[in-house]
Amino acid sequence: MSVFEGFRFRKVSSPIHDLDPRVKFFYVCILFVIALMFNQLLPLIVLFFVPLPFVFMAGVQRQWLRSLKGAIFLATIIFATNLVSRYIYSGYVWSAIMLEESIALTFRFIVLVAAFSVFFLTTSPDHLGLALEQSHVPYEFCFAFTTAVRFVPVLAEEAQTIMDAQKARGLELERGNFLKRVRNYIPEPSTAPSSWSTPLKKSWSKPRLLPDRHCRKEYSLFCSSIR
Amino acid sequence: MIEVKDVHFAYPTGVKALRGVSLTIHDGDFIAIMGQNGAGKTTLVKHLNGLLKPTEGEVIVDKVKTKETSVAKLARKVGFVFQNPDHQLFCETVEEEVAFALKNFGFKEKATKKRVSWALNLLDLEGYRQTSPFMLSGGERKRVALASVLAWDPKYVILDEPTIGQDYQQKEKLRQFIIQLNAQEKTVIIVTHDVEFVAECNPRVVLMTDGKIVADGEAQKILTNEKLVAQASIVPPQITQIFLGLADLGLPTDIIDVHEAREVLITRLEATS
Repeated sequence: MSVFEGFRFRKVSSPIHDLDPRVKFFYVCILFVIALMFNQLLPLIVLFFVPLPFVFMAGVQRQWLRSLKGAIFLATIIFATNLVSRYIYSGYVWSAIMLEESIALTFRFIVLVAAFSVFFLTTSPDHLGLALEQSHVPYEFCFAFTTAVRFVPVLAEEAQTIMDAQKARGLELERGNFLKRVRNYIPEPSTAPSSWSTPLKKSWSKPRLLPDRHCRKEYSLFCSSIR
Repeated sequence: MIEVKDVHFAYPTGVKALRGVSLTIHDGDFIAIMGQNGAGKTTLVKHLNGLLKPTEGEVIVDKVKTKETSVAKLARKVGFVFQNPDHQLFCETVEEEVAFALKNFGFKEKATKKRVSWALNLLDLEGYRQTSPFMLSGGERKRVALASVLAWDPKYVILDEPTIGQDYQQKEKLRQFIIQLNAQEKTVIIVTHDVEFVAECNPRVVLMTDGKIVADGEAQKILTNEKLVAQASIVPPQITQIFLGLADLGLPTDIIDVHEAREVLITRLEATS
């Protein structure tokens, strides 16, 4: 779950942290669009290095690297899926282009993780919400977006706690046979619903607490969404 | 024996939770780890079953370095009861909850059934066998969490804040139970803020502040040392506070137990009358 640490905002004073969230949001959107525009490896490698100066200026190198490290697992799946599907689609014939395209698509994912990691590491969800509101983005969207951003690390923490509890009761998730470990990561049918119950309870209790904290607008949004 | 050797630990956020902690836990010890919030108590005990691995230094459980083995393997010897039972419970019924670890440790079906029944009876949970743990009260959930650990009979039992949310009767039962466990040669480690509970149990006390151990010794010596307890942001037990306040009358200042206090006062009254 360390990947989520690379997306969690921490209040630090730096030129990047103090930058208007709209500027940073605009920057990641541009990077996102450019990354989608290219399928070749070279431009994507160049794009990967674009956030680096911002990472150093913000002093978040360690957290940024952590997010990249956490993305390796998904990146491997993307690479393997692409390579295998291209191999099958080409009639079981290997080619260098096939390999390059698979690497390029994997790199696109890493570029997106790298760009969004800097954004979330240096932008408070509150400031982002206010900035979006000021930009006349509908309030419903701002509220849903900031709540979702806040909730991701909470869910990751819950998942980590449940895994810790299972490891502490003898479930092997760290060593031994790879397939067995993968199997152990998949919860048994009897434990799966309960594994999700705590995060779900939290997501349910949050809107119910809103009226107590005089957040009537948010509460009415929640009520209208469940009607 | 568990050896903690000059352990440093920093969370991914950069917070340094342990700064050079060294501790030896002998077989059959009964230890209470105390200190203010954020002192590093839970972080320290999470090192004992390998849930956290030291950034520097090492933790050795029965000659096995925690860095070189998995939590699941260490769990066979070190049972850990989480502070919040909701973090530990995830099965559909109490019975499945208690059997979960036994299946992981490869107990046969017959032995599993026997141990589940034993643990449920021990903690007065037999009536809830088919109930969802999430339908139980806070105190009952805590007992289910404890039963799910005791079922596999670990050599070391770690209880993180066992008295939170427990009424007096449950606390007293828990105290009796811990003493009974300790009498059966089990090593019991509790993490707690509950100074009255510790005073009644009278274990070895390890006092922590800012990720360091500031005192390690008998409860009677540590809990009556005003300077030490103030350093760890805890207060001495109420009976100790009374006796410290009456020190001018020549009463002893190292009393932590109510029964002992009663004896001292009776002796004093008999002598004066």
